[in-house]
Amino acid sequence: MQRWILSKKNPIVLASGLLIALGFMSEWFFHNETLAIGSLILASMLGIAPIAIQAYQALRVKVVSIEVLVTIAVSGAFFIRNFEESAIVTFLFLFGAFLEQRTLNQTRSAIKELTEMAPESALKKMDDGEFVEVDVDEVDVGDILLVKTGAKVPVDGFVVTGEGYINEASITGEAVPVHKKIESGVYAGTILENGTLQIVADRVGEDTTFGRIIELVEEAQDSKSEAERFIDKFSKYYTPAVLILSILVGILTKDIELAITILVLGCPGALVIGVPVSNVAGIGNGAKHGILLKGSEVIGDFSRVDTMVFDKTGTLTQGNPKVADVVFFTEDVASVKSMVANIESESDHPLAKALVEHLGVTEKLVVERTEVVKGGGIIASIDGKRIAIGNVSLMNQEQIFLSENALKDIHNFEQNGNSLVLVSVDGTLKALFGIRDPIRPGVKEVLQKLKRLKVKNLIVLSGDNQGTVNRVAKELGLTEAHGHMLPGDKSSFIADFIAKGHIVAFVGDGVNDSPSLALAHIGIAMGSGTDVAIETSDVVLMNSDFGRLPHALGLAKATASNMLQNIVIAVGVVLVLLASVFFSEWMNMSIGMLVHEASILAVIVNGMRLIRYRVRV
Amino acid sequence: MQKATIQLETLVCPSCSMKIESAVKSLPGVNKDSVKVSFSTSKVKLDFDSTSLTIETIEKAITALGYVVIKSQVKPQ
Repeated sequence: MQRWILSKKNPIVLASGLLIALGFMSEWFFHNETLAIGSLILASMLGIAPIAIQAYQALRVKVVSIEVLVTIAVSGAFFIRNFEESAIVTFLFLFGAFLEQRTLNQTRSAIKELTEMAPESALKKMDDGEFVEVDVDEVDVGDILLVKTGAKVPVDGFVVTGEGYINEASITGEAVPVHKKIESGVYAGTILENGTLQIVADRVGEDTTFGRIIELVEEAQDSKSEAERFIDKFSKYYTPAVLILSILVGILTKDIELAITILVLGCPGALVIGVPVSNVAGIGNGAKHGILLKGSEVIGDFSRVDTMVFDKTGTLTQGNPKVADVVFFTEDVASVKSMVANIESESDHPLAKALVEHLGVTEKLVVERTEVVKGGGIIASIDGKRIAIGNVSLMNQEQIFLSENALKDIHNFEQNGNSLVLVSVDGTLKALFGIRDPIRPGVKEVLQKLKRLKVKNLIVLSGDNQGTVNRVAKELGLTEAHGHMLPGDKSSFIADFIAKGHIVAFVGDGVNDSPSLALAHIGIAMGSGTDVAIETSDVVLMNSDFGRLPHALGLAKATASNMLQNIVIAVGVVLVLLASVFFSEWMNMSIGMLVHEASILAVIVNGMRLIRYRVRV
Repeated sequence: MQKATIQLETLVCPSCSMKIESAVKSLPGVNKDSVKVSFSTSKVKLDFDSTSLTIETIEKAITALGYVVIKSQVKPQ
């Protein structure tokens, strides 16, 4: 019975609305008192049924819910034979809830679109070698799956046979299809645009990259800021407090009308719902645009950022340095080349990769005792010779004499914006390489937009020499540039800025900058949707798309101010209502409920504006 | 212990999640610390002891409050 009534809420709203209309018409036009009162009583009883059931259920689990307040208020109105009010209040309450549900679904549409992209079924290879369609939950790690043209990749895995083009927009935000062949990694939720693949499942369900993204977005939407936790705690005691207040007022003034009006006015609504609605809509907008904002705390901090610190390599630049200038200080170029190539081929450093790529295939040599000098370079032995490859400070450390000519070349190379790699063999300088890393396209425009979004300090930090960093800073219009920075220097630089009272965001590649990412108020990792980047940073830009940064910042600002607006609306309404119940003549229960429901809808509709937010700078 | 994820019809008020949370927590066999009711996704997540409690009982406790369960998923932990 109870469930039946609750499931018929919508017809009940409609019926009670019609009955109220009938009631008023019969009073105004037909002057039929009996019919009027009769239909209003019926409307009240119809309307209070689902509310009272929910109130009872709430009390059973020891929660004084808003339905409890409304039920008491309506019973009170009934008791003093004010059927008009009891009918209108129940109707408004139910109708308001109906509208709220509709509009709330809107604010959540973005995340819903995202979860609907989740694959539901898979073609799994059975023991007899046939492919059978199964629910995606039945896929285990190691299963072989068939993906046909137009189908969604069901899990994360690797291609075992076939090739094709996959649209990975759901993971990377990049709509250009990616070519996949044997051993290519494929991701759940991406779409095979053409070709046929057989893949082996590597990660399934919530462990897939797509599953993690959804989970993170959901967690972010639910995360609560300090203010929200306060409001939650507050509302837990607030509703019982309103109940006690109205009982006190009732006893003291003997005015039941006033007492029940206080009950209705005191319903917490807009205040509790305002902040979460902005949060959900804002984060939803981000998710749709390839931006993951991890929670309302992050939004709050990010919106107040005045300093953005960028790592240079891989963030402002393409992270794919190339050897641009070379000088040798020796006749035996070939042997130096092969020594450098053999030593550097053991390193993962981007400059090392550039050198190996530049030098190409050389004679194979046995490298012994390789020692990496952090922020300096690498020292190794070949055939008993001590070879140092690295920057100027490594050469100083090794007490290598730099001739006038060499110093002049070093200066010129730096002027050209090169990173320097010097090579010494047994204490003498043999070669100087200048390596340059081209700036990412579009970075300049992005930085200008960030400036217009009121980021005062745009700073680049790099392990490269000052000349390189200066050139980048000048070209991009950054406010500060610091070279020769070790990872430790970067984080202490950020700590200094924080100590000076700045709100700092750090943008890095997420691999060797993790201390800085963690230390800054906001860490933004640019690691093409890799696990590390997604887990460690506060803001994730899908596909490392630097161009999304202004939208992310603008959205954070818009969301933060939307929350503030909603709090102002909510608190303002409560204050006005309370003031008017004591100081005005026109306030009654119905108007109170109307204003109350209207304010809830107002904060939801205000929050909905965020769904369509676009950055405009 | 089993891990359950229960999808509900859209929750309208954050206080609804409070109600559901305390109702689910009061069931014997539910790991109280694991109960999480998400307002924005209208999902309930919890760990429970499948020897003393079934998912149907949990669903029933929620529907008794007046919230519609759309689907639930149980996975071994």
